[in-house]
Amino acid sequence: MSGHHPPVSDWATDFDHTDEVWAADPFPIWDELRETCPVAHSDRYGGVWLPTRHDDVSAIAYDTEHFTSRSIIVNEGRPLAEAPVGIAPPISSDPPFHRDARRLLLPAFSPKAIAPLEPFTRAYCHELLDALAGHHVIDAAAEYAQHIPVRVIAKMLGFPEADADQFRGFVQDVLEGVDLPPEERIENFGRLDAYLTAQVQDHVDHPRDDLTSYLLQADIDGQPLEPSHVGGTIALLLIAGIDTTWSAIGASLWHLATHPDDRARLVAEPELVPVAIEELLRAYAPVTMARLVIDDFDYEGCPMRQDDWVLLPFPAANRDPEAFDRADEVIIDRAENRHAAFGLGIHRCAGSNLARMELQVALSAWLEHFPDFSVDDVDRVRWSGGQVRGPRTLPLRIA
Amino acid sequence: MRLTVDPDKCQGHNRCYSLAPELFDVDDYGYAHEIGDGTVPAGFEERARLAAANCPEFAIAIHDDVQTDPAVQGAGE
Repeated sequence: MSGHHPPVSDWATDFDHTDEVWAADPFPIWDELRETCPVAHSDRYGGVWLPTRHDDVSAIAYDTEHFTSRSIIVNEGRPLAEAPVGIAPPISSDPPFHRDARRLLLPAFSPKAIAPLEPFTRAYCHELLDALAGHHVIDAAAEYAQHIPVRVIAKMLGFPEADADQFRGFVQDVLEGVDLPPEERIENFGRLDAYLTAQVQDHVDHPRDDLTSYLLQADIDGQPLEPSHVGGTIALLLIAGIDTTWSAIGASLWHLATHPDDRARLVAEPELVPVAIEELLRAYAPVTMARLVIDDFDYEGCPMRQDDWVLLPFPAANRDPEAFDRADEVIIDRAENRHAAFGLGIHRCAGSNLARMELQVALSAWLEHFPDFSVDDVDRVRWSGGQVRGPRTLPLRIA
Repeated sequence: MRLTVDPDKCQGHNRCYSLAPELFDVDDYGYAHEIGDGTVPAGFEERARLAAANCPEFAIAIHDDVQTDPAVQGAGE
């Protein structure tokens, strides 16, 4: 968990993206930095930079010559895994290796491959909601949103459904334990590693029609993948798909609970949901990525040093008034929306089609069951900070 | 009107294909390309513009067909 760090004294020179103030409401921080210090710096985590303008976020995302993806989660240590493969390919990989590692995964996540998973996802959402019928207050984050991506990725990977609770623990270790001492963090990773090794071995012994068996049988230029590559990719799929999507579903329900006009409109016009989710993804984009600086390099007057972190806050880019009209407002039927919620450039979220399907199905199913709801107790709502932001406790009162 | 998808810019966000499947298709990897030679059938001009305006990578170019309007014919030459 976060909370091991001293309080932030100044957001331009001492920011910490795991701070509770950031978690609760990062928008004013980003708005002010964009105006006063568009690329902020903090000495924390061994040196980290924070661009907040869309132009800078996209320029750095596109610049694989000066910035490596060798590690993409800012923490106190520096990665042991070497470029260009990194710890969890392809997200941790750089060109040219990145392309092959990514092309292995993309067919499993293309629009046409994801569409057949929709009926299963819809049935599962309705099953969850049926079980909640009659409740007056529902924690939409813990009792609904978080279950959906866990179940879907377990199905895709061919892992036991019963292990879902364990997956959530792994996610917490990787994404929330970022300000723990590196030794403790490495120990936490060991649990995930041991779990994956057992699952992979089970698939080696009993191959079946799922993504894990597919990766075990895959090759790059005729060479089978290294076991560490398969394990790293599976870890990526397990970690990257869960609390990101959970966050997007939860944030969307939070918005609708606090904006009755938007909620009523989506209930009356369910065909608007696909447009609405793009705007909710823009306004509440959960994911901030990170890069490491490859060599000392001057970026727009910022003296970046080798192994400095650079955060890529796509959620801040999405709120830049230079890039979006009325950037600070949620316009539920916004027609033109080039948002960067799934990143920009070669590392565009490989699971974006899956995430969009889950978000759309989860919202539509919720609105069918519960068209009228509000936040039950604002003081109990808790948002995660760090690089994946979304509601972790969201008590909603069902009318 | 014609549209083209720049394959070097497309990263497979899939916004165009979901907004205008009549004008775009995606390959097995999820990367988009224009259907046929990219000619936009009559009545689909707005959809084409909307798809272009939703591409996060600015990968879609719209080429307005000036030849159909005699008043501006030759103006760009």
